[in-house]
Amino acid sequence: MKVLTVNFLTCAVKACKGTALSFPLHFRDAELVQQEMDFHPTFVRNVLLRVDWEGLKVTAAELGFTTLPAEKPEGEALDNEQLLKDLHTLLLETQVTEGKLVCGNCQHEYAIKEGIPNFLLPNHLGSAPKSEAAFVE
Amino acid sequence: MAQYLIRLVQVHESFRKPEIFALAALENINVEVLSYDESSPFCTVKLHDEAAARALISRSILSKAIFELWATSSTYKDLHAAIRQNTASKWVHYKDCSFKFEVDAYQGKRSAAAQKELIESFSYMGFNGPIVMRGADETFCIFEEWDGSGTSLKQVWMGRLVARGSRDAITTYDLKKRCYISTTSMDAELALLTANLALAAPGKVIYDPFVGTGSFLFAAAHFGAYVTGSDIDGRSIRGKDRKRNVKANFKQYGLEGRFLDAWVADITNNPLRAGRWLDGIVCDPPYGVREGLKVLGTRDQARMKEVFYLENGEAAHL
Repeated sequence: MKVLTVNFLTCAVKACKGTALSFPLHFRDAELVQQEMDFHPTFVRNVLLRVDWEGLKVTAAELGFTTLPAEKPEGEALDNEQLLKDLHTLLLETQVTEGKLVCGNCQHEYAIKEGIPNFLLPNHLGSAPKSEAAFVE
Repeated sequence: MAQYLIRLVQVHESFRKPEIFALAALENINVEVLSYDESSPFCTVKLHDEAAARALISRSILSKAIFELWATSSTYKDLHAAIRQNTASKWVHYKDCSFKFEVDAYQGKRSAAAQKELIESFSYMGFNGPIVMRGADETFCIFEEWDGSGTSLKQVWMGRLVARGSRDAITTYDLKKRCYISTTSMDAELALLTANLALAAPGKVIYDPFVGTGSFLFAAAHFGAYVTGSDIDGRSIRGKDRKRNVKANFKQYGLEGRFLDAWVADITNNPLRAGRWLDGIVCDPPYGVREGLKVLGTRDQARMKEVFYLENGEAAHL
């Protein structure tokens, strides 16, 4: 699981949605690997617009990356190829293969196995499904 | 502005025009459709220039190719007259280049000899360059549309090839050659078409909430997008073994560099962060018998509150 994906996701429990503590999810017992990905400066620039920078700083610090700029790079700062490469390495090439993601609000743990996180909820945390007819409508 | 002829394929007809408009939106091209009919594979459009024509069609799945339209008519007599009258100034540009002619008869057939005779009838244009069947500098094409019974000619067109579409990709992503598929894997043609309709392109993030074996993601990644997906059934993502899973498919196509992540989640209790971080969602939602409706939870309120504990006292869900 990539650092970028963690930045796009939050707790699956509906009551946690929108609470300050539920984002970002926190890594626990994370095993890291580096895997090479295509480097496209345009993509990094594009995707930075959608990244929650405060959340990314928290995630990065938890994984041991402490050199992130305090403010999200914008405008001319994005012409710096080295900065884009560093961000590319952090967002796309740094991956968690085993471990857990923990919600800071409800403390629910989502297991990551073979790089695939599991966000399925147990019965007592899920919402009651609507009837099939309601879905069709 | 010039007129161009798009040679469409006669499948998924209702998606052909939407695909052209989607690609026009993606490439920021002005398209004016001059003639189009669901029952015909020929569509004439007005475009700014050849570059626009190339950009419009080069990634199209439901178009074979786009041609600079030289003339069209219901009879060959009028076609030749129109070519002589309107395109004489163009002939000189193709005087010395290598070239070839093709005959494309829709709902009709012409023997090789008849095709040759037909091609010879255009000799007045004075192309003196070598005739090359493979890799010619310029390709000219004569199109015929016959009526359903193949007895009377409805319309003829003559044009010069500008660019071919992306139908080769359908073979590349053919399910028969993919290392990991399941009963409901989406066929390559429709997946690629969907990616075009979703405007998948370099620098974008495309998401499939019912990812299964990943068919839509390969199509979107083929067009340069970074892709991510989720499914309620983790087994479909993890696959059968090391060589048969979603990631292995990405490897097979050399697209693993554009694969963000696949995760296990129920779309009715999803972990997506609110905000505009996606460029597009492509999916084939579950329906029917093979993959029916499945969501988390139970309608039994009493069971909803239960927490299961393991023997060592830990909650089973943690």
